[in-house]
Amino acid sequence: MKKFLWFAAGFALIVAALWQCKTKGAAGASSADAAQKVYVAPGTYDEFYNFVSGGFNGQVSVYGLPSGRLLKIIPVFSVFPENGYGYSEETKAMLMTSHGFVPWDDEHHIAMSLTNGEQDGRWMFANANNTPRVARIDLGTFRTVEIMEIPNSGGNHSSPFITENSEYIVAGTRFSVPLDNQLDVPIETYKENFRGTVSFIGIDPKTGHMNLGFQVLLPGINLDLSRSGKGPSHDWFFFSCYNSERANTLLEVNASQNDKDFIVAINWKKAEEYARAGKGKVKKVRYAHNIYDEKKHMATTKWEDEVIMLDPKELKDFVYFIPCPKSPHGCDVDPTGEYIVGSGKLAAVIPVFSFTKMQKAIAERNFEGEYDGIPVLKYDAVLHGEVKKPGLGPLHTEFDANGNAYTSFFVSSEIVKWSLKTLEVLDRVPTYYSIGHLCVPGGDTRKPHGKYVIAYNKITKDRYLPTGPELAQSAQLYDISGDKMKLLLDFPTIGEPHYANAVPASLIKDKSVKIYPIEENQHPYVAKGEHEAKVVREGNKVHVYMTAIRSHLTPDNIEGVKVGDEVYFHVTNLEQDWDIPHGFAIKGANTAEILIMPGETQTLMFKPDRVGIFPFYCTDFCSALHQEMQGYLRVSAPGSNVPLKYGTGSPQPPQ
Amino acid sequence: MKQLLYLLTILAAGLMLCACGGPSQESGAASANASASMSGGIASVEDDASKRNIVQVAVSSPDHTTLVAAVKAAGLVDALSNPGPFTVFAPTNAAFDKLPAGTVESLLKPENKTTLTDILEYHTYVGVIRTDQMRDGQRLNQVNLKNITISVQDGKVKVNGKANILASVPASNGIVHVIDEVLLPE
Repeated sequence: MKKFLWFAAGFALIVAALWQCKTKGAAGASSADAAQKVYVAPGTYDEFYNFVSGGFNGQVSVYGLPSGRLLKIIPVFSVFPENGYGYSEETKAMLMTSHGFVPWDDEHHIAMSLTNGEQDGRWMFANANNTPRVARIDLGTFRTVEIMEIPNSGGNHSSPFITENSEYIVAGTRFSVPLDNQLDVPIETYKENFRGTVSFIGIDPKTGHMNLGFQVLLPGINLDLSRSGKGPSHDWFFFSCYNSERANTLLEVNASQNDKDFIVAINWKKAEEYARAGKGKVKKVRYAHNIYDEKKHMATTKWEDEVIMLDPKELKDFVYFIPCPKSPHGCDVDPTGEYIVGSGKLAAVIPVFSFTKMQKAIAERNFEGEYDGIPVLKYDAVLHGEVKKPGLGPLHTEFDANGNAYTSFFVSSEIVKWSLKTLEVLDRVPTYYSIGHLCVPGGDTRKPHGKYVIAYNKITKDRYLPTGPELAQSAQLYDISGDKMKLLLDFPTIGEPHYANAVPASLIKDKSVKIYPIEENQHPYVAKGEHEAKVVREGNKVHVYMTAIRSHLTPDNIEGVKVGDEVYFHVTNLEQDWDIPHGFAIKGANTAEILIMPGETQTLMFKPDRVGIFPFYCTDFCSALHQEMQGYLRVSAPGSNVPLKYGTGSPQPPQ
Repeated sequence: MKQLLYLLTILAAGLMLCACGGPSQESGAASANASASMSGGIASVEDDASKRNIVQVAVSSPDHTTLVAAVKAAGLVDALSNPGPFTVFAPTNAAFDKLPAGTVESLLKPENKTTLTDILEYHTYVGVIRTDQMRDGQRLNQVNLKNITISVQDGKVKVNGKANILASVPASNGIVHVIDEVLLPE
């Protein structure tokens, strides 16, 4: 025994030593100090929710910080087989557009609703980059409850950034396109016919419902990112743009010719006044506006047909261009609202503009000229200063509450901390590898919470166990509480993370919905108890009003359905108990498998393709007798005279 | 016995610390310039399957040892191993030899890193430009924000009216144009 212990101890010693050498020195996170800082004991909560855009997966994922634990995937612009979003009859309408059903997209940025410039934990807005849309997620239910299509737009990239009291979110076009009423033009007529637009989408302060307030018409530039002003600059919105060359081919070369592109400053208050005074032109368009009713548990599509267009060439003094070096990407406003940080992604310099100086330059009409009829302010007149040689490929900037800025650098793969006041670089840390966006909790608001900066990396290569050619992308958590940034943690992410928000858990966790009260369920096919369960035939449509409760489905034996019928299983989860969802699936269904939350009704449409017995069951392990929660559907030949018959326990007589 | 095991555990912990230089490694990563070190950055990824990147192309060329030394001294190894894409105008050793005696040695000194970096960034464009895409009179704004000018005459490409492109080598993250002059930002 003794010998064995000695041997074991010695072996452990060698293994421990070797293991330590195997971990990368650069990881840093292996130190006990870092481990302690990210350790959230089992059963305890994280301090922050981290809402992370999913890029090409069209989703938003939610992590806890500092642990990096994945809490939730919220499907937004893409179907989600896991819970039936976009497949169930109730949710299909969420993904309706003027192009028809578009069940995927590229989701880049999110914006939390704000009150007085601070995060208020009510809604999260998200953009669809490809088929231009904006979405609203309810943070009581963590569900997408509204999606609005954006007309006159191509590539909704500079979106859905938000004003300080959630008055508006914006949608700026990455691709300029011909407006919706004059579509078929030669591509080489880009300069004459292609236009950028910025949509201002109003938010109802009570319900959160969106409405397309107005659009601002811009020349055919590529709008990239944006931020609203804060405090003194509250009335303004700032957008970076590239391709001031207005090239329509090989942008890699042709959109990098000018030494400077622009930051577009829009006085949205003034634009709003113009729109309200009827100064805009009403344009005919067609776009889908999809709203999910959480009482009816159902989405509907409303078709909208007008938009107010404001042309800054005709309506003066609300749009100005600020020259900004080399294809600016990020365009970020500091917590005081005084500084606007442009990040020329090809520039080795970060220009910082002053709102006060901008106001002065506008008042003095200190212009260097016009660009397509819009005044261009003098660079030097608006510039607060430049951060010189900060790194290579600056992309995005977030802020802490102490006057520091944190900028991500893609090419030199690092985060650089610098002072807004002195414009001096204070610290830099490498990221592994090739950071895109970054996020400080509240770091885009008037009240940053600081504590961490999170890097969202585009490349991981050897950072995790390899998984074939397609690798996870990653987040990295850094402690910024001291003078020096310290890497604490790596964690892989779902999809491709672009922009993210980190929000104190206290703003959200206590209002999280646990169940849907069954008495409030207004679904037209609800069965609020087993006594309401029934099967109704309407021509070739068969509506099954089904209930689910531990551990049976009612009805669980159904006969009298025929090939050619459309069977609608409207499943109501009768549970009024937190975290007891039921699932529903039937063999051969090529439509969906669904989850139904307590008190909710969701519908799976099934079109049997053959005669036979089709088993169905609950797919979500709900109880000790989950395996018993099953039933059969008998499907007979077309024209058969098998009567409609259904029940659980003792079959009901035919209708 | 228990005590002995306890001691052994402490010993093991000590050994773990010593084995890799201890916690200093972590603070090194946190404070060092990202591009100043080859270790831990993207350039240190072990990968025999991918096509060579720009740095690896340069390292494999016996005619570019000066350039490689300069890229290392400027701390640009990781940056140029990044996805880019980059167009790098790569002066040969002979091109560096054309500079006044002592210039290269002086540039490689740590105190001249800023100047060296500026020169190397003047040789780098973000984006891929093949020679068949180059047009006479074309300006390219380089990483250091200064422009180079391309001239094309009788099918021959010159950079800043002086440097000839001797060869072009595609890399996984861009393209290397071998040139016979060092480009100096004005």
